[in-house]
Amino acid sequence: MFARYLRRELSGRRKQTAIIATAMALAIGLVIIVNSLSAGVRNAQAGALESVYGVGTDVTVTATPSPPAEGERGPRFEFGAGDGSDTGDGTTAVSQSRLATGRGSATFDAAAVGTVTAQDGVEAASGVLSLTNMTFDGELPQAGGTAGTGTAASGAEEGQAASSRAGGSFDVNSFTVMGVDGNAGSVGPLASATLQDGRTLQASDAGTYTAVLDSAYATTEELAVGDAITIADQEFEVAGIVAGSGSDAETASNAYIPLDVAQELSGSAGLVSTVYVRAASSDRISTLKDVLEAALPENTVNTQEDLASSVSGSLSTASGLVSSLGTWLSAAVLAVAFLLAILLTISGVSRRTREFGTLKAIGWRNGSIVRQVAGESLVQSLIGGAAGLLVGLAGILLVNAFSPTLTASARAQAAGPAGGPGGLAQRAGAAADVVLHAPLTPAVMLIAVGAAVAGGLLAGVLGGWRAARLRPAAALRSVA
Amino acid sequence: MAEQATTHATTVPDPVAAPGTAPLAPAAEPVPMFRLTGVEKVYTQKNRTVHALRSVDLTIPAGQLVAIQGSTGGGKSTLLQMLGALDRPTAGTVMLAGQETSRLGDRDLARIRARDIGFVFQHYNLIPTLTAQENVEMGLAPLGVAAGERASRAAAALASVGLEDRASHLPGELSGGQQQRVAIARALAKRPKVLLADEPTGNLDEATRDDIVGLLEGLWRAGLTIIMVTHDSAVARRAQRRLRINAGRVTEAA
Repeated sequence: MFARYLRRELSGRRKQTAIIATAMALAIGLVIIVNSLSAGVRNAQAGALESVYGVGTDVTVTATPSPPAEGERGPRFEFGAGDGSDTGDGTTAVSQSRLATGRGSATFDAAAVGTVTAQDGVEAASGVLSLTNMTFDGELPQAGGTAGTGTAASGAEEGQAASSRAGGSFDVNSFTVMGVDGNAGSVGPLASATLQDGRTLQASDAGTYTAVLDSAYATTEELAVGDAITIADQEFEVAGIVAGSGSDAETASNAYIPLDVAQELSGSAGLVSTVYVRAASSDRISTLKDVLEAALPENTVNTQEDLASSVSGSLSTASGLVSSLGTWLSAAVLAVAFLLAILLTISGVSRRTREFGTLKAIGWRNGSIVRQVAGESLVQSLIGGAAGLLVGLAGILLVNAFSPTLTASARAQAAGPAGGPGGLAQRAGAAADVVLHAPLTPAVMLIAVGAAVAGGLLAGVLGGWRAARLRPAAALRSVA
Repeated sequence: MAEQATTHATTVPDPVAAPGTAPLAPAAEPVPMFRLTGVEKVYTQKNRTVHALRSVDLTIPAGQLVAIQGSTGGGKSTLLQMLGALDRPTAGTVMLAGQETSRLGDRDLARIRARDIGFVFQHYNLIPTLTAQENVEMGLAPLGVAAGERASRAAAALASVGLEDRASHLPGELSGGQQQRVAIARALAKRPKVLLADEPTGNLDEATRDDIVGLLEGLWRAGLTIIMVTHDSAVARRAQRRLRINAGRVTEAA
């Protein structure tokens, strides 16, 4: 009787059913789309971060950035009287390559890697040293046989500068170099990189002048496996070429060399700039963060969630839109749909006062009437939920059909604080074009069903409660 | 009507056995269908107190056909609500077939209404989205009757009021008289102890009114206790017993 009465009431009150179902469908469709987009953006952010921090990196430990000390300047090139060779036209040809941490870049004791590894909940940890290699190459005017000093600052956006002075001319080239631990295995910046040619760095490379290059950088510089690259005035053999996870993605650095070599050449013995950490359990990451912060109070500990804020570009804009406008819009529409369902259900109960009075008069209990009203409301909402699921699916299909491409760049935390040397900090990150996919997950579908059930029950229980409160004698007097 | 109502004191059980019931043994004190003792009903609305019923003492034996008349606002419907376990008195007791209903909770009152009392209303009060058959079945739903039996009892009840060929019609497709018959069938399907009718002919034309009154008379002759409120003196005159209620006080009509 319950089902038949319910069916007849819904088909007999099509207008109300249609209004509630439509409102619910729009709201739930929007919730599905926003949730799916949100998941897509999160995936894209994770992809962008992986290219910098590597697959499986849950937490990074860096030195807490500090502003440059007073008088601190960028890398300097100093040339003595005996440096360079006379060109015969009044200038001296000089060439110098230096490997150093950028101005304001923070390093810390590599013993932190051991401290991190010793903590409960840490599965693996690896330290890296982020550096910049700058090459000064050009001619300086001779100054009457007096020793001169040329200084080049690293300020060009593209890492390359050209200048001339009193007949001299020189180029300043820079690229990023990362010292990585060949034992790191599956954690670290190279963990997510795809090997395109040659081989990646291994534990046996420690102490050798071996380099692995980023694919984009190698293409630009026309370098291939077996070629030589100069870093800190030393010839390194290119052992492999790697690329980021996406087709256009760059990796975290232009070049990768063994950590001990990087420390030695940059004068940073026993120092690292970032420790990459993989947690033993993904659900203990926030606890692990607390543990690491306690163990290394001088350092900054970031989780992937914290690092997501370092992703910039249109992906960041999309993320902001989804998390702010999308969430609030879907919440507002859902609230309106719920309110509409409640008001229409209560209004329906008011219109049916005499009907419920009659049911009470013929012996229906309050519980049966509440169940009837709640059932009708629930079915109306479920119809809306089903329609909303279709609306949401259509929206997701539309998003995936258009597959909007977003640009994402993730700046490595170790690259230095904001305001560091222009351009160089940016070079220590990775840029990628990310195609936004809105995934349809069981969680999204559960949200749709859950929202429909919640809305229906809320409206039904409130309407049913109102119906149950009617005194039969008074309800029968109703002229409605 | 063959047996006309006999005037008697409201507190004295009617000595006339209802047609269709077994004659009572002379010395036996039968359990009346209703016994109201000192019933008062007071409504308070916006600081205004209305005495709908005042010291009502009334006994209605089983098997009577009783008509209640009175002026508008005199307390007819309130009295019917007390009898029908739709409301509780402010004071006094209401006994239905020996069971006091005036102190029962909502759940028990609902059970009594479902099992023992059939209601017929002036506006029929059928559910517009359900067919005649389904409307009748609604009266059986709270009794927990199985679907098959519910359908057959509803069909039988519709047949008893001459509407077996209208079972699948919606109320909107039926005339006023037919709708009232469906309402009577809904009340009868549960096999109640008493049928309470509130202006059952109030919305009907004269010919249909006679039809419905004839139907009620037939049920009374078959042994059913019927109490109806009516404005229509022609209908009231056909009752076995007539009560008048004025300003909340019940008296036997001459």
